[in-house]
Amino acid sequence: MIGGLFIYNHKGEVLISRVYRDDIGRNAVDAFRVNVIHARQQVRSPVTNIARTSFFHVKRSNIWLAAVTKQNVNAAMVFEFLYKMCDVMAAYFGKISEENIKNNFVLIYELLDEILDFGYPQNSETGALKTFITQQGIKGQHQTKEEQSQITSQVTGQIGWRREGIKYRRNELFLDVLESVNLLMSPQGQVLSAHVSGRVVMKSYLSGMPECKFGMNDKIVIDKQGKGGTTDDPGKSGKQSIAIDDCTFHQCVRLSKFDSERSISFIPPDGEYELMRYRTTKDIILPFRVIPLVREVGRTKLEVKVVIKSNFKPSLLAQKIEVRIPTPLNTSGVQVICMKGKAKYKASENAIVWKIKRMAGMKESQISAEIELLPTNDKKKWARPPISMNFEVPFAPSGLKVRYLKVFESKLNYSDHDVIKWVRYIGRSGIYETRC
Amino acid sequence: MEWASQLCENRGLGSKMTDSKYFTTTKKGEIFELKAELNSDKKEKKKEAVKKVIASMTVGKDVSALFPDVVNCMQTDNLELKKLVYLYLMNYAKSQPDMAIMAVNTFVKDCEDPNPLIRALAVRTMGCIRVDKITEYLCEPLRKCLKDEDPYVRKTAAVCVAKLHDINAQLVEDQGFLDTLKDLISDSNPMVVANAVAALSEIAESHPNSNLLDLNPQTINKLLTALNECTEWGQIFILDCLANYMPRDDRESQSICERVTPRLSHANSAVVLSAVKVLMKFMEMLPKDLDYYGTLLKKLAPPLVTLLSAEPELQYVALRNINLIVQKRPEILKHEMKVFFVKYNDPIYVKLEKLDIMIRLASQANIAQVLAELKEYATEVDVDFVRKAVRAIGRCAIKVEQSAERCVSTLLDLIQTKVNYVVQEAIVVIKDIFRKYPNKYESVIATLCENLDSLDEPEARAAMIWIVGEYAERIDNADELLESFLEGFHDESTQVQLQLLTAIVKLFLKKPTETQELVQQVLSLATQDSDNPDLRDRGYIYWRLLSTDPVAAKEVVLAEKPLISEETDLIEPTLLEELICHIGTLASVYHKPPSAFVEGSRGVQHKRIPARAGSGESAESSDVGQSGPSEAPPAVIPSQGDLLGDLLNLDLAPPTATVPSVQPSMQMGAMDLLGGGLDSLMGDDSDTPGGRTEVQSPQPSSDYRERELGGDIGGSPSMGAGLGAAPAAMPASLGAAPAVGGGLGDLFDLGGGVGMPTGSYVAPKTVWLLAMKGKGLEISGTFARRGGIIQMDLTLTNKAMSVMTDFAIQFNRNSFGLAPAGPLQVLTPLSPNQTIDVSLPLSTSGPVMKMEPLNNLQVAVKNNIDVFYFSCQYPLSLLFVEDGKMDRQVFLATWKDIPNENEAHFQIKDIHLNSDVASNKLQGSNIFTIAKRTVEGQDMLYQSVKLTNGIWVLAEMRIQTGNPNYTLSIRCRAPEVCQFVYLCYELVLKN
Repeated sequence: MIGGLFIYNHKGEVLISRVYRDDIGRNAVDAFRVNVIHARQQVRSPVTNIARTSFFHVKRSNIWLAAVTKQNVNAAMVFEFLYKMCDVMAAYFGKISEENIKNNFVLIYELLDEILDFGYPQNSETGALKTFITQQGIKGQHQTKEEQSQITSQVTGQIGWRREGIKYRRNELFLDVLESVNLLMSPQGQVLSAHVSGRVVMKSYLSGMPECKFGMNDKIVIDKQGKGGTTDDPGKSGKQSIAIDDCTFHQCVRLSKFDSERSISFIPPDGEYELMRYRTTKDIILPFRVIPLVREVGRTKLEVKVVIKSNFKPSLLAQKIEVRIPTPLNTSGVQVICMKGKAKYKASENAIVWKIKRMAGMKESQISAEIELLPTNDKKKWARPPISMNFEVPFAPSGLKVRYLKVFESKLNYSDHDVIKWVRYIGRSGIYETRC
Repeated sequence: MEWASQLCENRGLGSKMTDSKYFTTTKKGEIFELKAELNSDKKEKKKEAVKKVIASMTVGKDVSALFPDVVNCMQTDNLELKKLVYLYLMNYAKSQPDMAIMAVNTFVKDCEDPNPLIRALAVRTMGCIRVDKITEYLCEPLRKCLKDEDPYVRKTAAVCVAKLHDINAQLVEDQGFLDTLKDLISDSNPMVVANAVAALSEIAESHPNSNLLDLNPQTINKLLTALNECTEWGQIFILDCLANYMPRDDRESQSICERVTPRLSHANSAVVLSAVKVLMKFMEMLPKDLDYYGTLLKKLAPPLVTLLSAEPELQYVALRNINLIVQKRPEILKHEMKVFFVKYNDPIYVKLEKLDIMIRLASQANIAQVLAELKEYATEVDVDFVRKAVRAIGRCAIKVEQSAERCVSTLLDLIQTKVNYVVQEAIVVIKDIFRKYPNKYESVIATLCENLDSLDEPEARAAMIWIVGEYAERIDNADELLESFLEGFHDESTQVQLQLLTAIVKLFLKKPTETQELVQQVLSLATQDSDNPDLRDRGYIYWRLLSTDPVAAKEVVLAEKPLISEETDLIEPTLLEELICHIGTLASVYHKPPSAFVEGSRGVQHKRIPARAGSGESAESSDVGQSGPSEAPPAVIPSQGDLLGDLLNLDLAPPTATVPSVQPSMQMGAMDLLGGGLDSLMGDDSDTPGGRTEVQSPQPSSDYRERELGGDIGGSPSMGAGLGAAPAAMPASLGAAPAVGGGLGDLFDLGGGVGMPTGSYVAPKTVWLLAMKGKGLEISGTFARRGGIIQMDLTLTNKAMSVMTDFAIQFNRNSFGLAPAGPLQVLTPLSPNQTIDVSLPLSTSGPVMKMEPLNNLQVAVKNNIDVFYFSCQYPLSLLFVEDGKMDRQVFLATWKDIPNENEAHFQIKDIHLNSDVASNKLQGSNIFTIAKRTVEGQDMLYQSVKLTNGIWVLAEMRIQTGNPNYTLSIRCRAPEVCQFVYLCYELVLKN
């Protein structure tokens, strides 16, 4: 199990050091600093073994978190724990920075004592933790007996992510379907790989212990029900259902029920959390197509022409469009002409950055550039990194649709109809690249 | 005090209060000031002071001097202050054990507190105070907390048992905490169950043979129920524990799998990986024709792919595991090639791992895509990555025959880029392609030759030289090319020198007329001017071959080479099985068994995959529970395994492509030597062969050791440099292993020693290497001492379908320096179903390392198929020398001289021999009776034994007439051998 946990600043000074096991000594703190933080070359692995001691590290801005062990621990668990640790800290004091960590070191030690016992991760849901560990110091001394046992039963209970007795005047919930669409396209326009990784994020402000049921246009579910009626024309625009390759759920979802009936039922945590993640690879709507044309004119000049085409309903608007065209390292000057938006050559980034604020569906735009090169005797050819793109569109590129989210709370007097529900779809570019 | 008022101001800011100021106090006399503050009456001031202490502690300052003052703050009802004091206590209690006792009362009191949070805090902290004296006081509170009404306290107490066990295992057993812990598995609260499982699993690891975790269908059922309800971490503990269970039959296996599969949709990657581990393991038991088996296979792919959208560090862990899964069950991910395509922004460690998996998944169906990708990668920036990509193209060519042509042309394109390291890498892989498809792509040689000058890495130069030598007859200026390399012969690395030697000999055999001068030049460079024994030996062998029988030389040097295998870099099957049982853990990240990087007894336990129902394997592989001195079950050596393998490969097969052609040539040379023609050949050489061997023998050992270490580190990039020093236990020295002709002289001795009759007892042969583990090679054997020569009698049986050749043997370092005194004499190939008996003479001049048990011997046997490892135990009587009879006076003096505590007593039961017969029998095994006394019907025999390493063992044996039980007292300066000497007595007397 985890033998110790250290937090360092970018200089390698230790900010937090908590040792759980006897086999980890103080010298481990230094070993990591010398061999990893101060190492000259790039980090080649997130797991480092120094003198039979294994170090797992993650970095958040310029803060290093390192977990140390001498045993054959579950490596995936250690990383999951480190991420979770970051989430918990962020939930308590915002951004993980040297300043914030120093300001809250007592709190961090308290948290570390609670969520890691002898190196074994314990309940680390912030909802539960915040009931008894606060930034104002610990509650506890002024609690009634009922409150205390409520805390302990929540921390250890089956529904560790939600406490009882939550009340809202207005029962409301927000569902965000956030997708990032990833693409790798060959210069000839052939899709080499494309997938959507999506998340359903829910913000719930519901009273009591509501039982929720979430439904979407999952192909397996629709096909099962489809036998009954809905003989909708499959050729109609907009797909009826989508094939989900795989999905994972927040721990509140009853996985065995999903496995047997493919229904998603749960008691949600209070506030914001991620209900599910999913991945699709079939029938993805690629919002943009990039058509590159690079011509080398002699040894000192490149001509680049890039066309982008938007591929969605004309009534919808894409935003924050940015096309990044890499330029060789020996670029001396660039001239750009674009039909729409603004384009600039950024020497420090070795790229032409073309920004367009808004663009409607089924439109086309073009940029052309002349790149002057310094003659070099470097034999190695320019690697031609891919052209990448960023954008945001108001629909789900996977085609996912929320069909329903039903709320049942039998003990309190509100019904599914009383809950105000909001659904929003946002599609963003993930790694959206076209080779040139 | 001004800063005190400042403090109060800060306090006023409430939650916005900053603690960072504590990090900046570096004033002189700080400790003194802190002391005053800690003893202040004001609570707030106390708390501030403790915070400063903790901050100092964090940055590594020694604040242990404040111990009594801090502990005084402990008795408070302020929970925050209490927690801070506890934190301090955990850090410093060990350095101040007596003072730590002061804290005990507070703990005991807190364990009775009405607030469950405080009870849990007390029991949690107490377990972290690693002071022996405290543990006694801990027992009662812990017992209460284990049965506490509040689940939060119980789950904390469960972990505390593991803490206590780590400090004092005996105490935990005596106090019956283990049983209480077992009871907690049936607790109503899932988190208590999970923590109890975690604690029990950890404790069980240090007691490998105890049946602590007593998993049976009922407990498994409880665990599976808790699995659905506990936290994500608890699910991991439970799944990891489940993976250790052996289902009784395929039905149970299936039902567990069914209940575990829903976990594959969990958001926590560790839960998913642990579930994958359980499924991969239990799947093995399911009959393959079962519908469910196919369903399960299909269900495994999507979650594995999803893991690749996690954060990069987790992706890395996932990829290392997928690498194993793909080797074990390629069918799971065979259609998922695309997800392993490298993204431009992936961290380098993810890129390299993806590349590895891409090659493993490459097949005829997807090769076009893969090649296009690899070509892209070969133009990236990171040198390591580019090299690996180029190498991957070569591996694709070898793996997918249909793509070979395209791969070769891609490689040629890359060579045209003239990027130095790309060219060199390409040449190395093209050499392998030539090995795989001889006489097919030789047209590219011209292009390769153009780049001769740019090659500066040994591996690339060696590869190029091999190509020139191999195809000398088609390269018009081959002699010129090789001659150009010869100019700087002494500056080249060994690899290049060896290759150059072989290449020129090949050239000479192909074009004898023009190259006579060249070959003489290289032979004299190799034999006379070189310090490298490998090079000299190879030089001499070629020289002799060429001068005695050029026709034979041609047959040997230009022999047809076996094709190289398709799959490279595969993990050895037994290791792979073990690693599959460790999916998700560090072992799977390092691709090493836990024993290779975990100290002590933890993790040394080997895990196995259960056998498929109805297959015959299970019976064979089940634990051989026999005991006895010479019959210990053969075990595959895991930790040193790969190291030993490296060594063997280096030893018998120089790391070049010409392995097969060199090896027979050495054997031929050796046989010729026996014929006695060496002297005439070496006539003008100042060294005699014998002298040469002796002078050089220590040298290769260090040379090999160096290389071996290098290979080890290179093979596992994730292991830092610290590991370099770790494998101290590996077998290094080859000084006594005469594989390269050094021990030729010993062969004559061998002939004389075999047939000598002797009275010593020889145990019947036992199976050391099961055919299943030896890829069809079964080895059984025993040890004997005949006429002063130690021999290992082996029976090799080929139970495979193909012929086995090229046998060789090597020992790990052992307690008495046993080492083969000659090569393993299996000169004729071993055909299927053939059995051969071999006697291997052993010397005791090998490297020494104490083994556990003392008489353990780890052996590696190599043949043309693979390298196999097993260990066996030899009777100590093997080492009893013939001149072990001690003078009476000396005996008396020595007996007195050895301290009494070094005396060990044993009973030998059921022996119906009189003292004379027994004495004679023992003498046959070099246990000499020096004197005999008879006192009151009791015969007392005084005996002495001398071991090969000069250790004397003295013994007194009492034989009472009519009593079949002998009493044996043994004295020795090295008391650890007594036990084994006794076993020899027993063995000899009973047989």
